[in-house]
Amino acid sequence: MTQFSAWNVIKNGFNGQKGWSRQWRDPEPKANYDIVIVGGGLHGLATAYYLAKNFHLKNIAVVEKGWIGGGNAGRNTTIIRSNYMLKGNREFYEASLTLWENLSHELNYNVMFSQRAHIGLYHTPNALDAAARRYNIMRQTGSDGEIWSRNTIKKKIPHLNFADDARFPIHGALVQKRAGTARHDAVAWGYARAADMLGVDIIQQCEVTSIKRSAQKISSLHTSRGEITANKVAFAVAGNTSRLWQMAELGNLPIESHKLQAFVTEPIKPLLDHVVVFGVAGAHFYISQSDKGGMVFGGDIDWYKSYAQKGNLPIVQDVAECALSLMPCLGRVKLLRHWSGVVDMSMDGSFFMCKTPLDNLYLNAGWNYGGFEASPASGWYFADLIANDRPDKVIQNHDLDRFRRGVHIDERGAGSDPKLHG
Amino acid sequence: MIQISCPFCGKRDHSEFSYGGDGQINYPPLDASEDTWHDAVFLRENIYGRQIETWQHLYGCRSWLLVERDTRTHEIFSVKLAHSDWQKLMEENR
Ligand SMILES: Cc1cc2nc3c(=O)[nH]c(=O)nc-3n(C[C@H](O)[C@H](O)[C@H](O)COP(=O)(O)OP(=O)(O)OC[C@H]3O[C@@H](n4cnc5c(N)ncnc54)[C@H](O)[C@@H]3O)c2cc1C
Ligand SMILES: [Zn+2]
Repeated sequence: MTQFSAWNVIKNGFNGQKGWSRQWRDPEPKANYDIVIVGGGLHGLATAYYLAKNFHLKNIAVVEKGWIGGGNAGRNTTIIRSNYMLKGNREFYEASLTLWENLSHELNYNVMFSQRAHIGLYHTPNALDAAARRYNIMRQTGSDGEIWSRNTIKKKIPHLNFADDARFPIHGALVQKRAGTARHDAVAWGYARAADMLGVDIIQQCEVTSIKRSAQKISSLHTSRGEITANKVAFAVAGNTSRLWQMAELGNLPIESHKLQAFVTEPIKPLLDHVVVFGVAGAHFYISQSDKGGMVFGGDIDWYKSYAQKGNLPIVQDVAECALSLMPCLGRVKLLRHWSGVVDMSMDGSFFMCKTPLDNLYLNAGWNYGGFEASPASGWYFADLIANDRPDKVIQNHDLDRFRRGVHIDERGAGSDPKLHG
Repeated sequence: MIQISCPFCGKRDHSEFSYGGDGQINYPPLDASEDTWHDAVFLRENIYGRQIETWQHLYGCRSWLLVERDTRTHEIFSVKLAHSDWQKLMEENR
């Protein structure tokens, strides 16, 4: 595999770019692996990478029913932040942000991580109080946070709606400067390439269609490319978790599959340098500008459960209304594309990373809206869980049984209704 | 756009309705065991295919409805009033 370096870029400039090789192999599946990870999204690929890198494990496969990064990995709005407040989430997402800061070097692949700051707007004095509490918690636990006044925001982001007749006047903002965006496809490719270099088999077009198990263990996975046995099996299939869980005859989960849409406009000149989030009185909207110039934005889920990767019109209207009330200057910009992904919404809005009722099965699911920013830490801690067969302290409450113990990791305080945890 | 045929108001865009959730959950009696309550409150079948779910015709007659819908395609197969007595009355007077 050719390493990316300034030297190699120059060298290949002289030889017609002929010196580059495939980014990862395309192996036939073997009949047996030590570890099989189902799902070639960011979490599955990152897990495989850290299993190989941190624990020197060999004989690992990632099986993906379509192409890697074709699920939510390649459909999200790429916001990365660590402004979580509750124990467990706080440490986990902070660890993730720290991993992001060195990820391009770690993977020898430019994931275009851009720490352009996450600006959470607030519109009432009491919302600012709540925000100050959150950011104080963050600052006391090793993260960064700032409160910006209306005047500061006006100077830094002049195109927002500061009009006197704005329905929700901007009072201030919570800012996390280390937050930002990255190129989602590059993250999938970067992890795939780096894992492949350490010997991981990445097997695409390989759907798990049924599962054979004994009372205590998964004995084999039936796939569209043949039967595969594994000592350990890990699920990282996001919106399809319940389906795999039921293939293994494990019953019901505290998860619902919903769909979340994303939107991008035609490219325009640089307009917005930050990630801006607008959430007040039922409105929910987040926007940034991609390096190509498109305005990338999204809002709420479509509210009803769905496995269809297709969104519906009321949310298009919702999001367009939010866009115009926040940035009226976007009024004549045309929408270029919009799409939808199936998100695994959990009962308290937080994820599950845990052992399961079966001895050799591990679960990674329940990412709601926040699984992109979680990817590096998800791979890191999930690899640790699989390799050592016990959860790290940071994720010890992210198990399926937490509700029985009365533990709810509910950042919004929205209660046990998955659709409310946007 | 999904359209739901409200038994009172006729076919309307789903933006007039508000989604409730699973229509097949039966909450246990108050003195049922904690385990039974845990399962009813926190666990979901998360059906891939046809399911019964509740919607309310919020910007119409405000009835709660039981809708049979496919979560893979959003196709709707049947709509009934959630209140079984009213549904019966409706059928008798059709
Ligand atoms: C529109 C949208 C916007 C989002 N915005 C953000 C954001 O701004 N910030 C953020 O942090 N998060 C965001 N998210 C959430 C984030 O994208 C997801 O939580 C995250 O990508 C999920 O992890 P993953 O990448 O491993 O999932 P996926 O990429 O969905 O990977 C799961 C893989 O499993 C495969 N699979 C499923 N069933 C099988 C089977 N039977 N056999 C084999 N393979 C199977 C699928 O094909 C898929 O590739 C957003 C999500 C969406 C949909
Ligand atoms: Zn009606």
